Amino acid sequence: MHNKSLSELSASLHNGEFTSVELTQHYLDRINAHNDNLNAFITVCDDRAIEQAKMADQQLQSKTAGILTGIPLAHKDIFCTQGVLTSCASKMLSNFVSPYDATVVEKINAAGMVTLGKTNMDEFAMGSSNETSFYGAVKNPWDTNRVPGGSSGGSAAAMAARLAPIATGSDTGGSIRQPASLCNLTGLKPTYGRISRYGMIAFASSLDQAGPMANNAEDAALLLNVMSGFDERDSTSVERDVPDYTADLNNSLAGLRIGLPKEYFDEGLDPEVAATIQAAIKVYESLGATIKEITLPNTHLAVPTYYVIAPAECSSNLSRMDGVRFGHRCENPKDLQDLYQRSRGEGFGDEVKRRILIGAYALSAGYYDAYYLKAQQCRRLVSEDFKQAFADVDVIMGPTAPTTASNLGNNADDPVATYLADIYTISANLAGLPGMSIPAGFVNSLPVGLQIIGNYFDEARLLNVAHRYQQETDWHTKIPTAFQ
Amino acid sequence: MSLDKTDVEKIAHLARLAIDDSDIPGYVRDLGNIFNLVEQLSDADTSNISPMAHPLDAHQRLRPDVVTETNQRELFQSIAPETADGLYLVPQVIE
Repeated sequence: MHNKSLSELSASLHNGEFTSVELTQHYLDRINAHNDNLNAFITVCDDRAIEQAKMADQQLQSKTAGILTGIPLAHKDIFCTQGVLTSCASKMLSNFVSPYDATVVEKINAAGMVTLGKTNMDEFAMGSSNETSFYGAVKNPWDTNRVPGGSSGGSAAAMAARLAPIATGSDTGGSIRQPASLCNLTGLKPTYGRISRYGMIAFASSLDQAGPMANNAEDAALLLNVMSGFDERDSTSVERDVPDYTADLNNSLAGLRIGLPKEYFDEGLDPEVAATIQAAIKVYESLGATIKEITLPNTHLAVPTYYVIAPAECSSNLSRMDGVRFGHRCENPKDLQDLYQRSRGEGFGDEVKRRILIGAYALSAGYYDAYYLKAQQCRRLVSEDFKQAFADVDVIMGPTAPTTASNLGNNADDPVATYLADIYTISANLAGLPGMSIPAGFVNSLPVGLQIIGNYFDEARLLNVAHRYQQETDWHTKIPTAFQ
Repeated sequence: MSLDKTDVEKIAHLARLAIDDSDIPGYVRDLGNIFNLVEQLSDADTSNISPMAHPLDAHQRLRPDVVTETNQRELFQSIAPETADGLYLVPQVIE
């Protein structure tokens, strides 16, 4: 069952080959067998999932079911789920049972999908190795001595080990695409504003965007159909119709103009990863695409710009965690200041504290212009690079990450080195553009992801470009031996 | 750029974040390294570049000024650390 695509699972559920309860139990059994090893889930919703599956089976029997009814799914623990622990992988929220559902969760429930559980992640999505989680590191199913990437590392590991047929993630600087790359998945970060952020615990509000993590482009399209759309409860949600993202999957790629930014193939990119990406580009040439070298001259500004804007917004967003209304509170506070300071000092982990401190400094009196305003201006420079590039090309391609998955514990002592590894993914968040990562091959038995960046609201084209590649290649069907 | 112990203590106070004395040298080093990375921005020519606050340069939507939320005080306070009579309790602020 766990080797089927969503449309195959849907067909089997609709024609009665198996029930949603059977399918859900199959995945719960797999989670039970493998989660101790991988640490992919923070919470498993056993009973609740079976209840949801029973309801789905009733709809399937009464022929009122939709295409995704009865299909199980894993949610990143950043999405608020009513009545279920929503920890954001932080001690601060380790007692937070959400009183409401995120819009994304509401929509997915309404589609009849079954929530298997909540996946591990970097604390408050701050990290790219999943090692900053209060609940411990997640292991990469392709090599359990290695990281799965982050921050959506639990969703990625769960998907790679086939503990769920599809999962949600969120991406502030690459947190869907980079773990997708490191775990051989198809991950999509849509245009900023495409999917509601309501109930998705905020990290950096001008960058955060939810998206699907899937085994292939068609599955990603099916979940994107459900997740997308205007939401009046998110003031940055975009009022724009949602197309059927599966409609254009099979379009021809003849004449597709692909831009390769020379800055994305510079020093710092592993030569074998580079060769893997070049081989993928050759496949596109054989499908009729034309290749053009382009330049994104302000790429070097992306990481420093991000490390002002994201911490500044995070220091503001996380000020709501104050030990008063919800979350962790310290023992015996002697006064209100002590309550705030110790609750936050005890509740947040190292990386979160670092970013709060950077943000508080960058926004403090006398420094705002030098840091935050300057970073917002540099953000426009990065964004203008893309505007110019998209005048000549339809999509931009390159590596998602400079290397394959690193060993656990590799970057523990050097935050800046970890930050620099996000060089290829961060720009799309700064510009608000949609980006994807798709499996493109292996280096030393570890997955490599090809990144595809599109113009605003061009998700259908990205999915089409990904799907046609997946018709020609079988990288996306590979499963780690221990989890077959 | 380098920060010192006093800077870190001041920022930690602004952020209402208790930090152990033993952790301060680590923050001095790490924050210094991060701000060195950020310093690269000062080389960028941003004269006549307007700051970009929103990726799509969109403006906040306005909605009619009507009540849309229902009162869910009991639900929301059920997860609070300490409440009484519908209020959140904190240590005494005013004598």
